[in-house]
Amino acid sequence: MKKILALALAAAMSLSLAACGGGNNGGNNSAASNPSSAVPAGDSDFKVGAIYITSQNDMAGYTFQHHNGITTAMKALGLDPADLIIVDGVPDTDDTAVATAIDTVVNQGADIVFGISFGYINAMDEKAAQYPDVIFSHGTGYMANDTNFNNYFGRIYQARYLTGIAAGMKSLELGNDSIGYVAAYNRQYAETCSGINAFALGAQSANPDAVVHVNVIDTWGDEALERQAAQALIDTYNCGVISQHCDSAQPQLVAQENNAFGCGYNSDMTEQAPNAHLTSAIWHWNVYYQTAIEAAMACNGDASKFVENMGGNAYYAGLAEGFVDASPLNEAIAAPNTKAVMDAVRDLMISGEWDVFSGVKLSYNISDDGKVEIVKLDAPLYSDGVELKDGVLVDRDFEIVPAGGPSVDDGVIKGSMNYNVAGVIEG
Amino acid sequence: MSDPINVLTLFLFNIVLVNIPLLYGTVGEIVVEKSGSLDLGVEGTMAVGAIFGYLAGCAANSLAVGLLVSFLTAGLCGLLFAVLTVSLQANQNVTGLTITTFGLGLYFFVGKGMGERWPAMTSSSSLVGGYAALEIPGLSKLPVIGKALFSHNMLVYLGVTMAVLVWWYLNCTKTGLRLRAVGENPGAADSVGVNTLLYKYVHLILGSGIMGLGGFYMALYMSGSFEGSNCWINGYGWIAIALVIFANWNPVLAVLGTLVFGFFNTLQIYSGALAGTFPGALGWLSTVPAQLYKALPFIITAIVLIASSVREKEGSGQPAALGLNYFREER
Repeated sequence: MKKILALALAAAMSLSLAACGGGNNGGNNSAASNPSSAVPAGDSDFKVGAIYITSQNDMAGYTFQHHNGITTAMKALGLDPADLIIVDGVPDTDDTAVATAIDTVVNQGADIVFGISFGYINAMDEKAAQYPDVIFSHGTGYMANDTNFNNYFGRIYQARYLTGIAAGMKSLELGNDSIGYVAAYNRQYAETCSGINAFALGAQSANPDAVVHVNVIDTWGDEALERQAAQALIDTYNCGVISQHCDSAQPQLVAQENNAFGCGYNSDMTEQAPNAHLTSAIWHWNVYYQTAIEAAMACNGDASKFVENMGGNAYYAGLAEGFVDASPLNEAIAAPNTKAVMDAVRDLMISGEWDVFSGVKLSYNISDDGKVEIVKLDAPLYSDGVELKDGVLVDRDFEIVPAGGPSVDDGVIKGSMNYNVAGVIEG
Repeated sequence: MSDPINVLTLFLFNIVLVNIPLLYGTVGEIVVEKSGSLDLGVEGTMAVGAIFGYLAGCAANSLAVGLLVSFLTAGLCGLLFAVLTVSLQANQNVTGLTITTFGLGLYFFVGKGMGERWPAMTSSSSLVGGYAALEIPGLSKLPVIGKALFSHNMLVYLGVTMAVLVWWYLNCTKTGLRLRAVGENPGAADSVGVNTLLYKYVHLILGSGIMGLGGFYMALYMSGSFEGSNCWINGYGWIAIALVIFANWNPVLAVLGTLVFGFFNTLQIYSGALAGTFPGALGWLSTVPAQLYKALPFIITAIVLIASSVREKEGSGQPAALGLNYFREER
């Protein structure tokens, strides 16, 4: 018995050694045939590297959206899916792990490396200097180097404003001004803060009395907390509509269980909560990935031209480019005329004539036959009088933008917004 | 602003509703540890019970089938642990961690890796109905505590009943006495004719099965949605292990422990509402960093550990042979 076991173990071991050896050889071969990453444009050997925070096998959530975007873009450009080199599950709090992941994809011949999480920023910056022949592109970050390293993000606040309209119109129909918002964070990050503000402004454009109650769960993803927070908003403030900036569809499920309504994030959640979900703020990441891969291929192997090809260090696109949008409205449950209003405001933002954080307020006149007229009114954009500085709330000016004034700076929306607009209540 | 009594009531209600899986995990682990096995695989065991119980319950459209399957599949994890540590004498800590890794891996593989769109809980009327609140006549009409304690789904009552039953079993029956003997000194138990091997096997399976019920509860609480990137259990298994120490290996105290841990867990979400409703007395709550709420239960556990080690001789419920493999030939 022992002999057989020993034999079996020995066989298993030699097999696994052979397997490992094969893997190594394969790796060496591919590196040998592609010693530098300088690949001419249009070459079918163009390889894309991606560093993910969770797994390419996810069926929803942040990594899923990016993976979907990259594969869609590669398909559109006629690239072989096998030329996508991925490292999964790279924690964004560990610079060494990120650096190792980047080394891995570069050694396998990646010509462009996408890092999708904010925390990859330091490692990407370092590696962009170390590998000048490879292009680095960092999602949600702010660093770049004018040559082979850029960053990308989108005006998701524009999409949130649209979902806010749907929520505001529903609240008006329900006769309940109380709207809830389950947020990963609030003033700690400009991304979450600007999203909450844009949503609130959208809701107020349809229902001037709308109040947005924000419950902060202090983590990007924890389904149990998301569920509790949504339930607490409904129980405590009697919220009739629940919006969210967090990972899962739990807030929408809670809305449905309580006969309330909701606006999701990241993916169309109508499938999960058909009787509650109105519309979601969503990303079309493939829009960026296709632009970036095209620009990278047009570099003809000279990675330093990438930023120039992209038209700058920071890619920041919105509704106009089709990078963000509101998912198709669930018209069966939305308030009447919601779609017409959302479409009109979407067109207004696409034209560039108006933007969310400006000194011009929108309201809507809807005629009996469903025709929408957008009324623009010069009015100051007000904050709630406090902002978060070094982790403490301090007083700030109530007025953010004077009546008729131009939009808040992109840099503020993207990087430093730390205050809520009037009508947002945290807690 | 909402009615203060209402906010308080709902706060208490949610402490119970959200944290009952901790009770199942803790009671299960107490049963296991009383037999002398330190099973660190609670998280994985609960995950296995959760996913298979949920899928079976959906497929059969039956709460009872869901409960049974979650008990059995989680029990299999216990059996695996027993084979490895009791029969093959593997290290218990390592085996427990293995079970956790294995269970979570299985959860993600079945839940997400297979690319299957599993049914939503709303597709099973029996699961939805079984999870619906069951008001206890009379008691549920009491102010505040009526809603907070006596208007829950039947799995909450089942959990508390089970904790009391397990306490009775451990302390008032002959089998329970023998079980404790096995955990305290398996050699001595063996010498008076107690089948230590059988006791360890049975209670590992039984305890793990109870953990699995907690996992099933969590599946129902999350409406069976696989959308998020975390496992449904999300750390409850680890807290349960800490709670065993907090409860001093007493299933009835585990009920109290669950409420104390749950208090801080739920306080994080309700701090804003409570601070807004009672600005005078509780206004300071909104200034507490959320991270502190997450750390507090463990700080309390550390304090309890210190306190119980100070009075070690008198009252500790920790089995003397906990974590030690029993090898008959070395007796």
